[in-house]
Amino acid sequence: MEKRNKTTLSGKHFLSGDLACAEGAIAAGCRFFGGYPITPATEIAERMARRLPEVDGVYIQMEDEIGSIAAVIGASYTGKKAMTATSGPGFSLMQENIGLAVMTEAPLVIVNIMRGGPSTGQPTMPGQQDVMQARWGSHGDYEIIAIAPSSVQEMFDLTIECFNLAETYRVPVLLLADEIIGHMWEKVEIPPREEITIINRKKPKAQPKEYKPFKPAKNLVPPMACFGEGYRFHATGLTHDEDGKPQTVSVEEQNKLVKRLCDKIRKNAEDIIKVEEVTLEDAEVAVIAYGITSRAALSAVRKARKKKIKAGLLRLITIWPFPGKLVAEIAGKVKAIIVPEMNYGQLVREVERAAKTTPVFLLSKLGEEPHRPAEIVSAIEEVLK
Amino acid sequence: MKESDLMLRHPLAAYLRQERMPHIWCEGCGNGVLLNSFFEALDKLKLDLDKVVVVSGIGCIGRAAGYVNVDSFHTTHGRAIPFATGVKLANPELEVVVISGDGDLFAIGGNHFIHAARRNVDIKVICANNFNYGMTGGQYGPTTPLGSWTTTTPYGSIEHPFNLVHLAAASGAVYVARWTTLQVRKLTDSIKKALGKEGFSFVEVISPCPEIYDRYNKLGTAVEVMKWFKLISQTQHGCTPENAEISKRQIIIGEFVDIKKPSYGRLLREMTTRVKESFQEKKAK
Amino acid sequence: MPQKLWRKPLDAEKIKLPKPEIHIISDLCKGCGFCIEFCPKRVLEKSDKLNKRGAFPPEVVDESECALCSFCTAICPEFAIFTIEKKDKEDNQDGEKE
Repeated sequence: MEKRNKTTLSGKHFLSGDLACAEGAIAAGCRFFGGYPITPATEIAERMARRLPEVDGVYIQMEDEIGSIAAVIGASYTGKKAMTATSGPGFSLMQENIGLAVMTEAPLVIVNIMRGGPSTGQPTMPGQQDVMQARWGSHGDYEIIAIAPSSVQEMFDLTIECFNLAETYRVPVLLLADEIIGHMWEKVEIPPREEITIINRKKPKAQPKEYKPFKPAKNLVPPMACFGEGYRFHATGLTHDEDGKPQTVSVEEQNKLVKRLCDKIRKNAEDIIKVEEVTLEDAEVAVIAYGITSRAALSAVRKARKKKIKAGLLRLITIWPFPGKLVAEIAGKVKAIIVPEMNYGQLVREVERAAKTTPVFLLSKLGEEPHRPAEIVSAIEEVLK
Repeated sequence: MKESDLMLRHPLAAYLRQERMPHIWCEGCGNGVLLNSFFEALDKLKLDLDKVVVVSGIGCIGRAAGYVNVDSFHTTHGRAIPFATGVKLANPELEVVVISGDGDLFAIGGNHFIHAARRNVDIKVICANNFNYGMTGGQYGPTTPLGSWTTTTPYGSIEHPFNLVHLAAASGAVYVARWTTLQVRKLTDSIKKALGKEGFSFVEVISPCPEIYDRYNKLGTAVEVMKWFKLISQTQHGCTPENAEISKRQIIIGEFVDIKKPSYGRLLREMTTRVKESFQEKKAK
Repeated sequence: MPQKLWRKPLDAEKIKLPKPEIHIISDLCKGCGFCIEFCPKRVLEKSDKLNKRGAFPPEVVDESECALCSFCTAICPEFAIFTIEKKDKEDNQDGEKE
């Protein structure tokens, strides 16, 4: 067992992505974890089981992933910051209640360490195959936030970011990492506690009698009362009005609610979206990548530049909401776009949609190996021919 | 006096979201009786309503959460128990009650039920058992008696039903009781007792479904079904849950399990204290 | 209240039986008939007045027969009926005199 004498870490540490994620969650104020063991996300649960009691938090291992996310929504409604962590098969089971969390606007974080699918697939191998499921997995119209870290440091930093976004917009936020990032060990620098930005959900100013649990503020997000605070409100997965009363046949309420749930993300997209742009200013070819793939892509773009090829990289930190405007702008300036992904073509569809007439090429990889920089370099050369 | 004013003078008015009345349930449905009994129990215990949370799943009785004047949540189908587990563990101050149906709790939510009972999570589960899926129009479920008619058993049910009290007891519940909607006083007492227990408590309420199940099975009007309950109900406190049968001949009612066992919440708090203390010691060294 | 007792209680003169007040919120009633059927004193009866909901709510036949057991209150699925003790000012004053 490691030697620690503080409940929160700071300074330099050598951690795996999964462990960094757990530490990020603790630093963000997460005090409830409901989960179910699954490769390659188990280490997050293990770390949380050890760490949470130290900080007065609760770890519970539920009977399945459906129960895990249901418990996490419950904990979130008491005002606790709560999370779960899983991989493909578990993520599939969670879809039903991701919809419930969207509908009841429960702030929470779901970590998905993506592996190879479909079905049980390749549990110990990396993949980026849940990108579209993250966006469209639950039924009905909704918007969600998904973030893709590309290093162990980012597993720490972006987990905190996920909690901040969840609390700001009252929405489940997904941390979409892949098996390599989850299991890779790297140096992580944890800033002192006071330097970490923590955002907490807005509380209602209204008196309990006047409180309407789903009446939005200006940014379309309703202030959130919690159970036990005397507001005595009702929340439901049914379509509901501002009062939380079920409105199962009202056309007006259905329009109002669904549009607000989507618009609170769409209209705030510019504040949410984070990307990294590398030598895109004069680029003739743009590589758009995320997660582990973006590291090979970065190396490839630098190698290409050394060969005097004008290549640039758009690294997506936020996958959903998709930065369509930015991709369209880039598409207007470059000759071609390359999208390396560890799947058989998912986010490339979204890029194509935004790129319109600019040719978009998928560089697909399935199975054990991530992309090698050389492969991306030759793809860049190929498209410029 | 205006009827709306009269509603406010009802002795249980404080427990009801009056503005949402009338509820969606059919004439003679037992769900209203169950809710009435639950309110009466809350009233007798004089619980702080700001600290009570009612959670329900999907189905007719799933709407109960919306009618209760406390913090309440209407979850997805079958997920009331894990949601309630999260609430209770995250804030042990709250009294968390799950009110749901037999299909919700024992078919789609069956796994959650047995595991919450096994862990002895400190939540109270009140189950309205009407022997079928009423909200979707009367299909057979995990409690439908062998040979019964429903829309999906047009030739009679060929599935053996669960004995819910036996299942609850075997899974580890510390308090298990069964009543029909006719024994409202006993039901209220049981709910009261369940609310006072530490750990996972389960109360099954056999309920008439006059418009659907009872009609298909030619059991008569709601009043006739209630009279039939009166005729065949047999109180057997302490009866081995396995033998607490429900059949056309008799319905065994009563309290079947009432034991003491530390709840999950208690063990969790003890463990947390232990961990934090050992941490302090490490620091001191 | 007319009751047949096998002997007259010694304090029969002093004890005042509580007077009931039965309230029916007619428009909430769905007409299941539980209160009528299960009233031990048979105080209620189905009325012939159709309410807003298309049901025939109960009506009181003889309020003085009510023993205030409030079983009707407890078994009503609609919260549409309740009984309370009648607060009679004169009675209270009598009580004070004793």
